[in-house]
Amino acid sequence: MALRSDADANTGRHLKDKYAIVGVGETKYTRGSGRTTRSMASEAVKNALDDAGLKPEDVDGMMSYSFNDSTFAPTVAGDLGIRLNYYMDVFGGGSSTEALIGMAIGVIEAGMCNTVVVYRSMNGFSEVRIGGTGKRSAVPITGDQMHNRAYGWQSAAQSFSPTFMRHMYEYGTTPAQVAMVKVIHSEHASNNPKAYYNKRVSVDDVLNSRMIVKPCHLMDCCIETDNSTAIIITRADKAQDCKHKPAYIKSVVGRVCKPRADMHYQAGPITRVAGYYGKDILWPNAGVKPEDIDVTGSYDAFTFTTMLQLEDYGFCEKGQGGEYVSDGTMRLGGKRPNNTSGGHLCEGYTHGIAMVIENVRQLRHDVDDSCPMGPDGKRQHTYDYAEGGCRQHKKVDLTANLGWASPGTGSAMVMGNQKG
Amino acid sequence: MTIEATYLGMPIEISELDHENLGYFKHCAQHNYHLQNCPTCDLVRYPPTAACPWCACLEYTWKPVEAKGVVHSYEEVTHAIQPAFKPYLPYLVLLVELDTQNGVPSEYEALRVIGNLTDAEGNLASPELVKEVGIGTRVKMVFKDLTEGLSMPQWVIDDEAKQPETPWRYPDDY
Repeated sequence: MALRSDADANTGRHLKDKYAIVGVGETKYTRGSGRTTRSMASEAVKNALDDAGLKPEDVDGMMSYSFNDSTFAPTVAGDLGIRLNYYMDVFGGGSSTEALIGMAIGVIEAGMCNTVVVYRSMNGFSEVRIGGTGKRSAVPITGDQMHNRAYGWQSAAQSFSPTFMRHMYEYGTTPAQVAMVKVIHSEHASNNPKAYYNKRVSVDDVLNSRMIVKPCHLMDCCIETDNSTAIIITRADKAQDCKHKPAYIKSVVGRVCKPRADMHYQAGPITRVAGYYGKDILWPNAGVKPEDIDVTGSYDAFTFTTMLQLEDYGFCEKGQGGEYVSDGTMRLGGKRPNNTSGGHLCEGYTHGIAMVIENVRQLRHDVDDSCPMGPDGKRQHTYDYAEGGCRQHKKVDLTANLGWASPGTGSAMVMGNQKG
Repeated sequence: MTIEATYLGMPIEISELDHENLGYFKHCAQHNYHLQNCPTCDLVRYPPTAACPWCACLEYTWKPVEAKGVVHSYEEVTHAIQPAFKPYLPYLVLLVELDTQNGVPSEYEALRVIGNLTDAEGNLASPELVKEVGIGTRVKMVFKDLTEGLSMPQWVIDDEAKQPETPWRYPDDY
């Protein structure tokens, strides 16, 4: 019987380096924005336009994703005076960013439009709590949900924890190893003036934080914030006219799934995540390997999700993730830093876009830390990663984003600052 | 007919259009566990679906399945997201691998059925009982009756089965 893993999706090599991210923008990361997702989205898109050096009339495509907790693209475009040749609002959270970037490339390639903005705008703390408390927990339980919500198996932490627990059982992964993901990301956040939580924490802080759903302590879980984030994608030739060095897109994986994605526990090993399938699209299409990557953005909805994806995309052997995330590799100054912004565990929660924004800035060699501004308008990075210091990795030519929706679904993208 | 019920104060509504779930819970209400069986490839599946995940056959019959197995993974919820569960903390969510059709049709596949650890009446387990269960514990199914045509499958420790000396549990000391 043919397995879905037999499907060969490696047909997109000819698009490598032909598209780029040319603009990034965000609003302040807050808990209590005091305004609408419409207002925040307009600001984030405007900031991305300014960052790219583009005007509203230079954009003719717009995409966004949400859990029906946001403002749709035609409204945001209208606010900014953007006339659209294409828009699409899709359902979903984590893993949407890279998937929508792939779709943007596709619609531009199809001649439907030229330049696409992708945004996510959410009051994930003050309106629709991403953790699932509040109104999302009160709606009636349907037939399909009798197999999850009825058992108190509803939130992201609850849904994913059997995967996390089994990983500890099979591979001896320890709570202290996994806690290092939060520790390292908090170090990075302490060098990110935008980060909502910018205090450094210790392994003990994580392990002494209250248990939410064993094996996840409070600090193993990402934070809930209100914010909007946006990126702009266009053709590489057009990208040359923009303000910054383009971040060339080398390959994209969009919502790759394990068998039976919505009930993935039926097809094990349950410690395996969708990246196991994604790696066979990501690396051949990019023409690079995990060891070539300088900075990663492995989605940290939970400390565990960062680890599981790094494993299944091949940054270490399966089962060695606990060691990989705790041996210093992922730290600024280490061999391959992960989520240098502090990620969803510390900076703010954006369903993945902010991790792409951070890697674009890393590739430009221009992350927005506290280093002094030089005469060329660019920061003079010190590479002193002490608290409050630099967060620019010294050598960044290639980055990888590993997006997560669930153990059963993920997305990924490789970007570089050079063609070829 | 649409089934309406409440469980721990939470409203439940299974649509009259949802024949797959209505069929599943009808057998549960008879305390007789059944799963959809594919007439083409003769495999049973969980949870209820509209087609066979192995051969895409749209037909199915209901087949009795022995509802015993081993805890493949678990979690212990200590912070309730749904207010209804607050009085029952901590509670266990168990992912139970049935003995039936284990490793079929491929090595890593199994019927992995979700549920809570409960007592024999299907009431959420006491904090003392919660401490006894981990990966490797043998369990069997019981049913919590909610209304006509609707009972929820739940799990209890299988007293008649040979249990591991110590099931694997998240370390208490770390």
